[in-house]
Amino acid sequence: MKNFLAGRWGIIGVGSVIGVLAALLQKLGNPGNMGVCVACFERDIAGALGLHRAGVVQYVRPEVIGFVLGALIAAYLFREFRPRLGSAPIVRFVLGAFAMIGALVFLGCPWRAALRLAGGDGSAIFGLLGLGVGIWIGTLFLKGGYNLGRTQRTHVAAGWMLPLMMLGLLVLMFIFPAVSGEAKSGVLFYSLKGPGAMHAPLLISLGIGLFIGFIAQRSRFCTMGAVRDLVLFRHMHLMSGFIALIVAAFVANLLFGQFHPGFEGQPVAHTMQIWNFAGMMLAGLAFCLAGGCPGRQLFLAGEGDGDAAIFVLGMIAGAAFSHNFGLASSPAGVGPYGIQAVVIGLVVCLFIGFTMRKSVV
Amino acid sequence: MTKTVDARGLSCPQPVLMTLNAIKAGNDSEIKVLVDSEVSKENVCRAANNRGWTVADITDESGEFSITMKKG
Repeated sequence: MKNFLAGRWGIIGVGSVIGVLAALLQKLGNPGNMGVCVACFERDIAGALGLHRAGVVQYVRPEVIGFVLGALIAAYLFREFRPRLGSAPIVRFVLGAFAMIGALVFLGCPWRAALRLAGGDGSAIFGLLGLGVGIWIGTLFLKGGYNLGRTQRTHVAAGWMLPLMMLGLLVLMFIFPAVSGEAKSGVLFYSLKGPGAMHAPLLISLGIGLFIGFIAQRSRFCTMGAVRDLVLFRHMHLMSGFIALIVAAFVANLLFGQFHPGFEGQPVAHTMQIWNFAGMMLAGLAFCLAGGCPGRQLFLAGEGDGDAAIFVLGMIAGAAFSHNFGLASSPAGVGPYGIQAVVIGLVVCLFIGFTMRKSVV
Repeated sequence: MTKTVDARGLSCPQPVLMTLNAIKAGNDSEIKVLVDSEVSKENVCRAANNRGWTVADITDESGEFSITMKKG
């Protein structure tokens, strides 16, 4: 069967739809320029579970749950569910953790960098440039023979682990729903103010998440892959989807009255441009070494990739470290140890890139 | 001569990198690439077409694909 969404117009269509839905989610309550941000949302989930105690970023984001489960449904419907793991999982965990640490210095994943640009936030340009440079460094390693080795087929149940965890989170949300004015409901933490308190209605977030998960799995949408394939192979395929996302979100923001050009006073952002650049450079390098942007890792996990699932857990752990150790930025600027963390992260990624070459021919 | 590239168990971009390396080596007029995911199959075929190669045959054995491509 021909997969239309994996074709040229398919990927452009998927990027456009994601851009419009992200703008819509902002309209419906998600934080500014954060209709969808995989890093921010996983960080909010870490907060909701009490893995960090930053009171302003605690909410189980149904979009993330939807991404994984939507991809799972698509994978089953089109017979692409393929349980597999064993390609250097511990390395993927470390890459996930540092990817998150870098993303939270910038305050956004590549998706949000695009949405920030589409919302008029000029600082996003520095983040996107950093992302590009980080991925470019990653491609040098790829050309030099870097890879994390082959996966192996495994039990179906192993492929279900992350989807089941996501289902578990959803069940917890229904058992312990937000209570007005309460910072905790049962086992879950809920932000009373800040970005964590801003969200679209649960079922709408979940529905849009499921839909994006479904079409992204079919189209193989990946923001990191967009830059990587352009640099490595001169392929515009994935990049056309990424650009479509930015353009569509920009147009939708104009229509919704959400476009506010400028550098100062942008929502959930700071203007320390060197660190916006460096944070995303670290994230881009880590995504490239791990083979996918944070969204793509969720979709891969949904189709049974246990290594991508480990990367996701690494990101959630990285978010906890970010806020517990004062690494994450805030609108006031970088955290007290954010700069040191970026430097350490870059050193770790370079170590991984230089040492993990494996002849597979 | 047919060269065989075994990219099973590897994810993007490795199968494409290996295929392009085999194409660049220039020794063979026919290359067979083994992959084990739909995504890798799509990516390898797209890359081959971009380089002016033709995908002559794809066989599917329980999720493992064997892609035969020819120069020109």
